[in-house]
Amino acid sequence: MHSPKLQLEGVTYRYRAGRQSVEALAGIDLTVNAGEFVTIIGPSGCGKSTLFNIIAGVEEPTDGTIMLDGEVNGERAGKTGYMPQQPLLLPWRTVEENVMLGLDIRRVPRKLAREQAHELLKRFGLSEFADHYPASLSGGMSQRVALLRTVLFHPSFLLLDEPFGALDALTRLSLQMWLQELWQSLKSSILFITHDVREAILLSDRIYIFSARPARVLRVVRVELPRPRRPEQLATPAAASLEQELISLLLKEQRA
Amino acid sequence: MKDGTLSSLRKLASYGPAIILATLLLVLWESYVRLARVSPFILPAPTAMLQALVANWGLLYEHTLQTLVETLIGLAISVVLGLLIAVLLDLSPWVRRALYPLLLTSQTIPMVALAPLLLVWFGYGLLPKVLLVILYCFFPIAVACADGLLSVEPELIKVLRSMRASRWQILWLVRLPGALPAFFSGLRIAVTYSVTGAIVGEYVGAEKGLGLYMETSANSFAMANVLAAVLITVVLTILLFGLVALCERLALPWYFTQARTQR
Repeated sequence: MHSPKLQLEGVTYRYRAGRQSVEALAGIDLTVNAGEFVTIIGPSGCGKSTLFNIIAGVEEPTDGTIMLDGEVNGERAGKTGYMPQQPLLLPWRTVEENVMLGLDIRRVPRKLAREQAHELLKRFGLSEFADHYPASLSGGMSQRVALLRTVLFHPSFLLLDEPFGALDALTRLSLQMWLQELWQSLKSSILFITHDVREAILLSDRIYIFSARPARVLRVVRVELPRPRRPEQLATPAAASLEQELISLLLKEQRA
Repeated sequence: MKDGTLSSLRKLASYGPAIILATLLLVLWESYVRLARVSPFILPAPTAMLQALVANWGLLYEHTLQTLVETLIGLAISVVLGLLIAVLLDLSPWVRRALYPLLLTSQTIPMVALAPLLLVWFGYGLLPKVLLVILYCFFPIAVACADGLLSVEPELIKVLRSMRASRWQILWLVRLPGALPAFFSGLRIAVTYSVTGAIVGEYVGAEKGLGLYMETSANSFAMANVLAAVLITVVLTILLFGLVALCERLALPWYFTQARTQR
């Protein structure tokens, strides 16, 4: 058995707001195994995004250990592909140039970077948009480009923070299927944040349910639906009862 | 092609109201001078101004060239200086707090009072004029750029830091290109002041230039000649403004397609 891609033990985060010390994360234990699709779901403002900043190496935890790629509390920046909710494409770069941003930062020679970006766009069906500017893309298309930018920078471990939160239901569904295909073909490990219980069930191997702030892990459930997943599977009794269970758990937290 | 001609015609048509208003004002001016028999020593008619322009073209051309050179040198230095100051202001809140009041103070100095001092310090040559152009121009560029550098989404900075981008990479790859539209806004304001800056410098003392020409003409009550030089100043400024707008279009094609799709 390989060591897990990511393992968090007792990760806490406190920050000062004026004179008060506010606790955002209260001892998070969480594991993502290699090739696994793990989702975090929890009430809004519970500190999920803070946790992502910590894993991505943008912030340091107050306490706890983080093991990434077998390295304990090491340098984490540059070892994940982090993607926030907004696509945040650079409007002066074409789609292809946006996708290669991470390689520019790594100082990969331009020609090589361009080839790799082109290859990836072709592989996931976006090559016809390679020379477009982001302003001419739809919301769903922008999000696909942002995802490929993340993938090209670091394909083996993706941190996706509500990537489909701002999309309409149909676009969202087609992106969910696209992401599943991408995940399977790249054999990535994914840690995914969402508010959407159905999205979590449709995509994940395991789901962590977080409490309201300060965030703790309330429960971890395994989704036992066969792969590749289809939207129809959400209607099966197993999926429906899991959905009800998660929703009632989250509703309790929302009220608290 | 057909689309192109059509849109440029439409563009020209959009200036229609401005052209009509300007023509109307000129006609009013001309008729007032003629009907009220205003002395040409007090207010020459627009036609007299044009006559003066044609009659003195050879001399005016020499002076214009001088003013243009001073303006362009001053503008070029202002662009570099403005960008440098913007990046400096951006380095840390401490630098910003120390530098900003100083920059603001530089703008409160009446240039008309400063110009004779510069003449005493630096003589009749190019330097004091270029300095005045810089004093007029660097500020709008620096302020606009500094604001532009701050306009980047904090989330995007997080993404870049998660990619292990250095501070300079973030500046070079994201913040500076993102600040370019703001830079051009600042530059457009700067060019409208630039020619005036050179002329103020020449007015207090020079060997050549439109400012000198205006001053000597005013002293000999050749009002039509003063106005002819003013006309050149106006045209020069508008041309420079147009040049900046053109550069902006060429440098930021993405910005204009974006503006069009959002409208």
